[in-house]
Amino acid sequence: MRRFLAWIALVTGILAAAFWLVTMPRRIDAASLPPPASLSAARGERLFWTGGCASCHAAKGAKNAARLLLGGRALVTPLGVFQAPNISPDRQHGIGDWSLGDFANAMQRGIGREGEHLYPAFPYTSYARMTPADIGDLYVYLASLPPVSVASPETQLDFPLNIRRGIGLWKLLFMGDAAPFVPVPAENRQAIAGRYLVEGPGHCGQCHTPRSLSGLGGLDRGHWLAGAPNPDGKGRVPNITATPAGIGSWSAADIANYLETGFTPDYDSVGGSMVEVQENMARLPKADRLAMAAYLKLLQSPGTATGNKP
Amino acid sequence: MRIGLKMLAGVAVAAVLGTTAIAAGDSPIVQRKALMEGNGKDAKLLGGMAQGAVPYDVDAAAAAFGRMHAVSVKFGALFPADSKTGGKTEAAPAIWEKPAAFQAAVAKFEKDTMAAAAARPANVEAFRPVFLSVVGNCKTCHEEFRVKSQ
Repeated sequence: MRRFLAWIALVTGILAAAFWLVTMPRRIDAASLPPPASLSAARGERLFWTGGCASCHAAKGAKNAARLLLGGRALVTPLGVFQAPNISPDRQHGIGDWSLGDFANAMQRGIGREGEHLYPAFPYTSYARMTPADIGDLYVYLASLPPVSVASPETQLDFPLNIRRGIGLWKLLFMGDAAPFVPVPAENRQAIAGRYLVEGPGHCGQCHTPRSLSGLGGLDRGHWLAGAPNPDGKGRVPNITATPAGIGSWSAADIANYLETGFTPDYDSVGGSMVEVQENMARLPKADRLAMAAYLKLLQSPGTATGNKP
Repeated sequence: MRIGLKMLAGVAVAAVLGTTAIAAGDSPIVQRKALMEGNGKDAKLLGGMAQGAVPYDVDAAAAAFGRMHAVSVKFGALFPADSKTGGKTEAAPAIWEKPAAFQAAVAKFEKDTMAAAAARPANVEAFRPVFLSVVGNCKTCHEEFRVKSQ
């Protein structure tokens, strides 16, 4: 009996150690960070709008200059309420004390400053596709914004989602590498630029692609951008592939115009949480909107995206 | 002032004559969808003028704004408590959760379409800001009060 209990203890210990090891945060190699002298806040602003940072990290309804006073907003989902923290340069309540390495680890590995795993409600699985230079530019842009001295509320979820080490397991299963989802011919430079914006900083797939495991898993690449249940509850996030079920009847110019003006070719208007996204996209150079449109026009069959995980 | 009254009368006539045909027996969901489809058609006509795809026509534009105004007058009353679901409605629960905010949004659309129909801008440059003042209502209202079903 004693021997049996010892075995149980041993096996449990090995399992716990294995869990501890496999769920350990894996930080970015500091050598891969861009040199500080190369960074530009002016370039970073474009990424701030592409990434839609303010859509979660700024107070609802704040516009223009006031929009940049990053406070934070609650993301209400069926899994619980996620709190978007203060990412202003305030040293106490924001990220004013963070190094570029801290920021890059949060953006691309989903690792907080204390080494904790961050919930993938923060779309780091998309931001992982950004170039180190773009991460650096965004870092200095955020640092140039006015600090906001407001404490962030803590995200509080029920067991077992409140165990952050569990996110390490989730990452192993679903995060994948940063290889592009959709193959684009090398000569189509416009669509390659669009792919970077859509799959990376724009993180369009986070809402427009369904997830495995009834919403708990990773993005279902077999239905890449083909529409998904609305995380806010009622309704669906539309299919934006170039198919009859999506927006196949829109020209690339129609898509770019929608992102600029908020009107579909039939003059239906943008609505819901896409309103803020569209207003962010309207701030980008026109070439960026056309690039995203060129990429979306390539999604002509449901199987366009590769590397789908079962 | 006399001209102003004449213009308002014109808006009223457009309101009566120009609206999308809806039958009294139609359910509120059917009626409000038909009204919004009419708005979409008028927005497309006006948007074509604003973007230069269609020549700017002051009378046609004023008539379109007048039809939108007629929609705005009827629209707010078409959301009884028993019309929250069914008929593929895209009405958001927020309409019933925040009725004052919703009615305020409708009232703003009513006011902006009235002003636009009376404005009769002389040329397309003067027309564009008037157009934007009206269609800006589309997305501010749809942001909170509509959910896409597909």
